[in-house]
Amino acid sequence: MLRDPMPDSRPSAVVTVRLVYLARLREAFGCAGETLAMPTGTSDVAAILTLLRERGGSFAHELAAGRAVRVALNHALVDRDATVRDGDEVALLPPVTGG
Amino acid sequence: MTVRVQTEDFDAGREIELLRAGDARVGAVATFLGTVRDVNDAARISTLTLEHYPGMTEKALGAIVTEAKGRFDILDVLVIHRVGRLAPTDQIVLVAVTSAHRGDAFDACRFLMDYLKTRAPFWKKETTPEGTRWVDARVSDDEAAARWRGPE
Repeated sequence: MLRDPMPDSRPSAVVTVRLVYLARLREAFGCAGETLAMPTGTSDVAAILTLLRERGGSFAHELAAGRAVRVALNHALVDRDATVRDGDEVALLPPVTGG
Repeated sequence: MTVRVQTEDFDAGREIELLRAGDARVGAVATFLGTVRDVNDAARISTLTLEHYPGMTEKALGAIVTEAKGRFDILDVLVIHRVGRLAPTDQIVLVAVTSAHRGDAFDACRFLMDYLKTRAPFWKKETTPEGTRWVDARVSDDEAAARWRGPE
């Protein structure tokens, strides 16, 4: 069995999350998702949204304050202050319209 | 409890029969069947395409059913939601609840639909003569779900 030479969490390690864009957002962004490296020193959902908004264009428009976008972290709805970890799946959901 | 997300149509009568089969405690079955209308917000609908978020959908529906079981005196629940391309008159969703008496069956069925409408990750896209558009969420749906939130 291989031993991890640094078993504890490394502060400098890059946290990478998988972003999923659904329905209207997928069409607006022109892709179903992407892999995103979290900026150093950030670890919550709000940081992801800020980073995406800074791209401008449809990201800034769709994710502007006041737009009803919900966030699911590993398939469960969460608030903007939820902490993300390496390998998490973070989905951006427009208001749901099933039933 | 059974939760299914599928492209195929379903036989509501058969599903209800299976849900209550062999359970003599059941004295009431309440069902809701949602179907595709041909007009929405004054536009004629030719097709409706439903998409969902696989993985989360089943989890969200399961959580809604668990919540219903905690709130109402019910025996079993079935939820079937279709995805993919549908046409006016097609069946979209079936919610069926069994209980000893009608009160809890009716209430749980309504609760399940109100929560499904606001919490399950499904999205509808309409095709009209003017093109395609994503259906907007309705404030009335949020209000319907909010009615079930009593004082904590």
